[in-house]
Order: sequence, then C-alpha cells, then structure tokens
Amino acid sequence: MDSDVLVVDDSAAIRKILQRVLRQTGMAIGAIHEAGDGQEALTVIGQHPVHLVLTDINMPKMDGLQLLASLKSSAQWRNVPVVMITTEGGEAKVSEAVKLGAAGYVRKPFTADQIKEKLTGILEAGIPL
Amino acid sequence: MNLQQLITDSIRASSTNVFSTMLGQELPPGELAFEQGTPEPNDGVVSFIGIAGRWAGTGSIACSPTLACRICSAMLMTEASAVDAEVLDAVAELTNMIIGSVKTDLEAHLGPLGLSIPTVVYGRNFKTKSAGQHEWIVLTFLWDAEPLTVKLCLAPQERSPQHQHGSANHLYALEV
Repeated sequence: MDSDVLVVDDSAAIRKILQRVLRQTGMAIGAIHEAGDGQEALTVIGQHPVHLVLTDINMPKMDGLQLLASLKSSAQWRNVPVVMITTEGGEAKVSEAVKLGAAGYVRKPFTADQIKEKLTGILEAGIPL
Repeated sequence: MNLQQLITDSIRASSTNVFSTMLGQELPPGELAFEQGTPEPNDGVVSFIGIAGRWAGTGSIACSPTLACRICSAMLMTEASAVDAEVLDAVAELTNMIIGSVKTDLEAHLGPLGLSIPTVVYGRNFKTKSAGQHEWIVLTFLWDAEPLTVKLCLAPQERSPQHQHGSANHLYALEV
C-alpha cells in the first residue's frame, strides 16, 4: 500500500526538494501534501490523513516541536510517525524531539539515501489510517 | 581554542558539504579575508541569519543575481532565469543550511545557540550593517567564475541568554 506523506517546511525550496527525494527513493509513496508551518500542517492533516509527517523545526507561527507535541497529544494523530528534518543539530533539540515522541531525525543537508534509510523501517511498520 | 580558525574551517566544510549534497556541485577552496566597519555597497542578493546565545552574531551569504539563479536551478533542478520568490527562497535555505551547520559545530565549544529564520534582500547599490558587530570572517568561493561570499561575525554577550529572548531576530540596517 502506498504511504501518504505530509511535508512541513517554511521553505518552498525544501518542500520541493523533499518531494523529489521521496519519489527518488523508490519507496511506495502515494500523495505528498505540503504545509509552510505547524499551524497549516494541522489544518492539512485534518483534511488529508497521512501515514508520515516530515517536518522542519525552525518555522514561524508554530515550529516543528510544537507541531510534534500537538500531534502526539491528539488521540487521532498520536500514532502517525513524525520525522524531524532540520538544520538544528544540537543535542538539546534532538533530545527534546525524542522526548516528545519523534520517530527519527535527519539533518540538513541530506541525501536521498539518508532519507530512504530513515524512512524505510518507519513506513514498513505501517499505521492504519 | 582558536575561534577564528574554528569558524573558518567550519564555514569552508559546511559550504562544501551543502553544495555537494544539495546542489551536486563541487565548491573550490574559498579565499579568506576579514572585514571591519561598514562594508562597500552591494549589488545582488544578500541573505542574513541571526545567531543568539552566550555568543551572538550574524551569518550572511552574498552573490550576484546570475549566481543566485544558478544556485536555485541546481538545488531545485529547475530553470531559473530571473530572481523571483523561488530563487530568494533557495538562497535563504542555502544560508540556513550552511550557517546552521556552522552553528552546530560552534555549539560544541560555545554552548547552545539559537538560529533565526533567514532574511534575503535583492537590489542594487545598498549597504548592510548588523548592529553591534565588528569583525566579519569572510570566505569567498569562486563558483562558475562568480564569487559567492559566506561570512560570519560572532561576539560574546554580556547578558545571559534568558535576558535575550527573541534576540536571534537581529536588526539589520539597510541603506539604499
């Protein structure tokens, strides 16, 4: 079954690159939805349930950690895996994301192989929508 | 620890890594310089990103409009022939990744640092100034025969980070 993905980043460039990279991985990816910040992501996921969220941390309005906390506190979305993709490589941000329930962490800049390696196990485990 | 050398090495390594990973391009070794006072007028695209913590400062990338279009084309695998929102966004993200990597390298020595969201300016004959900063470490890379300048200034802060809430969003003076 194809997995639908939500890509959240305030940079349209990164959203575009992630769309391309996800298609390049050869994984069974279905629809790829986009959002420019955490608030928009919550709206989009309400309209289009997804199997996976890839999110930046450093964003205006609602950042990636706030989005992660919001998803994990929701009965509807708490099982959706969230992978952080960000330049924020410091220990504090990593441990905060892990503590909040992030399924993984990829640092920018990234290669298609790094994305594939991180997502393969997560998507194979699968979650029902 | 020689902070100047650490910053120089980190800018060089992260610039090379970002170009190789995200643009599929090799960046030649950059030429090092130091800049003090008000810089010369700029033409082209300049991006800024603020760094805050016990040490605070600004990272910046500058290039010509032509080079900004080439960066966008290589990064997004699309044809960019004029500076538009997509080109500015690509330069902003390039800045975010390069200075973000430098910030991560520096955190091992300087403690936790915050990073602002990047700002990009495009125009002619403008000067920029980051308030309160003195010396910039400047690395100029020649890519496709065009200069790409990556620079950073950083200074210790007297006030503790908890008294600087939101200070990663530095003020930039723009003189046209």
